[in-house]
Amino acid sequence: MAITQEEILAGLSEIIDEIAGVPADEVTPDKTFVDDLDIDSLSMVEIAVAAQDKFGVEIPDDQLKDLKTVQDVIDYVGRASVSA
Amino acid sequence: MVNASTRVVITGVGAITPVGTDAPATWQSMLAGRSGVRALTADWAERLPCQIAAPAAADPATMIDRVQARKLDRCEMFALIAAREAWADAGKPDVDPQRLGVVVASGIGGISSTLTAYDTLRERGWQRLSPFTVPMLMPNGSAGWLSIEFGAQAGVHTPVSACASGAEAIAYGIDMIKSGRADVVIAGGTEAAIIELNIAAFAAMRALSLRNDEPERASRPFDRGRDGFVLGEGAGIVILESEAHAAGRDARVYAVAAGAGYSCDAHHIAQPDPTGTGARLAITRALANSGVMAKQLVHVNAHATSTPAGDVLEARAIAAALGEAAAGVVVSSTKSMTGHLLGGAGAVESVAAVMALRDRMAPPTINLDDPEFDLGVEIAVKPTELHAQGSEPMAVLNNSFGFGGSNVAVVFTDA
Repeated sequence: MAITQEEILAGLSEIIDEIAGVPADEVTPDKTFVDDLDIDSLSMVEIAVAAQDKFGVEIPDDQLKDLKTVQDVIDYVGRASVSA
Repeated sequence: MVNASTRVVITGVGAITPVGTDAPATWQSMLAGRSGVRALTADWAERLPCQIAAPAAADPATMIDRVQARKLDRCEMFALIAAREAWADAGKPDVDPQRLGVVVASGIGGISSTLTAYDTLRERGWQRLSPFTVPMLMPNGSAGWLSIEFGAQAGVHTPVSACASGAEAIAYGIDMIKSGRADVVIAGGTEAAIIELNIAAFAAMRALSLRNDEPERASRPFDRGRDGFVLGEGAGIVILESEAHAAGRDARVYAVAAGAGYSCDAHHIAQPDPTGTGARLAITRALANSGVMAKQLVHVNAHATSTPAGDVLEARAIAAALGEAAAGVVVSSTKSMTGHLLGGAGAVESVAAVMALRDRMAPPTINLDDPEFDLGVEIAVKPTELHAQGSEPMAVLNNSFGFGGSNVAVVFTDA
């Protein structure tokens, strides 16, 4: 059964809280990682690796650079987990 | 171009050490003669001949925001904690960021992060390494983090000279201000090296005390029963400021950071020159650089680590450097209580020397039950009042010597 958008958002929020200290209620789909959530590129790498482990999907570096918003990650993980 | 007329003062101090979580607590513990040396409880200690060390009085990770702590090596946490204290103690100076510098040293740098990262690499692969691994292991990581914390843009420096590093950082900071490159400098040293590899490596060179059954009595500088140093950890930071800048904001001044002297033994990579020439030169150069006469000196916070070779040579070097004026000097080794903080030592001991000057009180050298003969100087075994030898301002000295032959002496005087 495919993972839902809500489940991805909840899991991603946990990761972002753990690594970047951003409270879960601030992690909404429209937020950008760099400008809105103040997450630097190194922490973004850490978040991506944690997301790979949590959701069982690969996020190659050339894909990671295009994931600007929380919704981008939700969409990417949703697509990748369906095709996986 | 050094401007000899620019005086540098200390307007703030901070420390986290085996005997206190801040500078006042550390100083009170030193005056009370409290040892921070403990039995090591980690499993790995059972495999080593040395099973004692002097851990910091608190886990630094509990004193720093969790998310920031994830990105910091333990030595960087110590530096940040001590720097925040020193900065607040100085009244958070209002200074042009381009005139604010950082000079923070470490003897080893982020060694525990290095080893943890290596384990992660071997066990879980490169992708699981923290993206902050490099800034956690690089020796200038602490200085870099402090530059960000306080917005220091005048320059950020990390002199590395093993156990002289902390004193050299303060000396470099003094020069930064005297040379006109900064008005305020956050200076000091940090170390977090109580891990299996370091204990084993120092044990391999037979440098550590093996008095495992009496941890608090193991660090005993100048005592005939000494058998090596005890590894400590922590950080010391001072806020250095041009006298004019400090006066301009009515800052409280602890002391004048009068100057420093350097020399190199050029003798052996890890053993002191038996003639003590390098140590003596550093002291005489520090006095000359500071414009201080030997008779002004009332107290020396000695490097004395409790190793068989070093302590006696240092005492004799102090006596030789000061000549007749040595009779007016009280020498202390606070390493008898804190253990040896390596790159943090010279900074913590400079803080202690400044506190001794302020309070007119030399801290005790504990465990000195059976002093070596012919040291040529008085060693304080209990808190000892300091008395001026004349009408000139009183001066105190911190000695710090490091593997590689580095000798650094820093002079502080009454404001």
